Amino acid sequence: MKNKKEEKAMPVSSTIHGGMNHKAADKVEKIAHGIFITCAFVAVLAVVSISLYMIINGVPAIFKVGLKEILFSTVWKPTATEPSFGIAYVILTSIVGTFAAILIGVPIGVGTAVFLTEIANKKVAAIITPAVELLAGIPSVVYGLLGLLILNPLMYKLEMYLFKDSPTHIFTGGANLISAVLVLAIMILPTVISISSSALRAVPASLKNASLAVGATKIQTITKVLLPAAKSGIVTAIILGIGRAIGEAMAISLVSGSVVNIPLPFNSVRFLTTAIVSEMSYSQGTHRQVLFTIGLVLFVFIMIINLSLNKILKKGGKVER
Amino acid sequence: MMISKFMKKAAVMACCVALIGGVLTGCGKSDDSKDANNSNTGNPGVTNEPTKSEDNKQEDNKQEDKKLSGTITLIGSTSMEKLSNAVAEDFMNKNGNVTVTPEFVGSGAGIEAVLNGTADIGNSSRNLKDAEKEAGAVENIVAIDGIAVVLDKSNTVTNLTKDQLIGIYTGTIRNWSELGGNDQPIVVIGREAGSGTRGAFEEILKVEDQCVYANELDNTGAVMAKVASTAGAIGYVSLDVVDDSVIVADLDGVAATAENIKAGNYFLSRPFVMATKGEISEQSELIQAFFEYMKSEDGKAIIEAVGLITVD
Repeated sequence: MKNKKEEKAMPVSSTIHGGMNHKAADKVEKIAHGIFITCAFVAVLAVVSISLYMIINGVPAIFKVGLKEILFSTVWKPTATEPSFGIAYVILTSIVGTFAAILIGVPIGVGTAVFLTEIANKKVAAIITPAVELLAGIPSVVYGLLGLLILNPLMYKLEMYLFKDSPTHIFTGGANLISAVLVLAIMILPTVISISSSALRAVPASLKNASLAVGATKIQTITKVLLPAAKSGIVTAIILGIGRAIGEAMAISLVSGSVVNIPLPFNSVRFLTTAIVSEMSYSQGTHRQVLFTIGLVLFVFIMIINLSLNKILKKGGKVER
Repeated sequence: MMISKFMKKAAVMACCVALIGGVLTGCGKSDDSKDANNSNTGNPGVTNEPTKSEDNKQEDNKQEDKKLSGTITLIGSTSMEKLSNAVAEDFMNKNGNVTVTPEFVGSGAGIEAVLNGTADIGNSSRNLKDAEKEAGAVENIVAIDGIAVVLDKSNTVTNLTKDQLIGIYTGTIRNWSELGGNDQPIVVIGREAGSGTRGAFEEILKVEDQCVYANELDNTGAVMAKVASTAGAIGYVSLDVVDDSVIVADLDGVAATAENIKAGNYFLSRPFVMATKGEISEQSELIQAFFEYMKSEDGKAIIEAVGLITVD
């Protein structure tokens, strides 16, 4: 056995130290190079194929129904004998819902980040930080379920109180825009908190020290020095929050009621994402193609968000330098 | 610098993830629901296997002795997709040389296909029209689809007339007090456009595209859960999924039971027809064997497994 091992070992060592070594090393280099290139291309390929797929599937309905009809008509009756595919309310709901969620979520998120990085002592931070991380890890369907079980009944009570004598209000049982916005606001918190925390931490200590040295209070330092210095990071946090909110489907499909309506607080509403999710399984023909067009609209929204993010990041980098 | 560079990278990465994630959730979900459908249609076959007794195996052998082979084309109703796929799968499992291809284009198109010979069987989720019968289509009812109207437990109204139901779903009746119940707003819950249950419900009540829904939910379970948890809610579901969490309303004084539906007294039901051109006895051996199978215990098990009522 021992001899055999040595025999086996011999040729290997000879290749390493012998004349073959350059070629072998080149081969390994080349193979590794190839492997890494392939890995890199998987991501690029995914982005390119998703983009192509969305465009190929989303465009036919635009020609069939008409872009104006899809984007600006407010009537969504995809299975009627004379079908109508207007998603104006759906687009409006996504914009209004996301904007409202940002309005609620960002102040809370930035406040939490300021508290964590500047005010909280280590013990408190040690409790809050893992809690925020855990919040990020909770599956969206759980948010949806909690919204369904806790938020919707509360909203229903409020709705019955507010619209007691209204002859025209359609009672939704609490599945409305507010429920969806609240769920979204909580869901974007972890993103906003973690990114604005790291932005605040990246502010040079000299700035803070200088501010404190000239007699500014802690709160003055935070509002007048730290937050402005971390501005680009916080804007990044907001944009990523928008990205998260506009792309969320599962949680809000459970709490929003999913009827195509003008996005008023107590209306049951449908978002771009839930419009695709709720009708994809049984749709056919033009109806299905229009669902892909909705996907394309969502895709364009997310592209715009990403492009503006890139721009802001570049700008922020220049300012720092 | 290092930190800000890292931050940028992290932000760009997160951004890519958000992008891909955002797009994939849409596709992913649709895959899920397809999977769910597949598993639904797959289930009957699977659940059927363990119950296969010796007798059934002998039947299988008999069928193998006949050595059926060929292709059966089922074209028609989208509502019959679940049933057609389930029977097609099971029939092909039992007869290795037979291919059953179901297509779902709508009841009318299905009958047309069987009449002009492009399909062996035309699926229709309504009774055949006189004109279709005159053209030679024969109405073979294989199953009945029943829809239950469900109310939340606190509701004191337990019987609804057809007109009341239409009024509620078109938005002219908005409070249970108008129907002799509590002063409680009605929360109208339905299914999404394209759902077979919604199609059947609106078709039977003749309220297609006039319904004013407060919630459009994308599966039966969600409708049941929402109705059970919302005071004043009303919803419709397939008859087979109702349970104790809700009240099943009587319609025109008739309880929603399989017996009443078979007797034709319960109006919220529709036949599932597999139409043939000419009587079954005039069809090929293969088609006759298919209809024999539909009437057999195995066929009935499949029909019940997809939530339908068998006919005798």
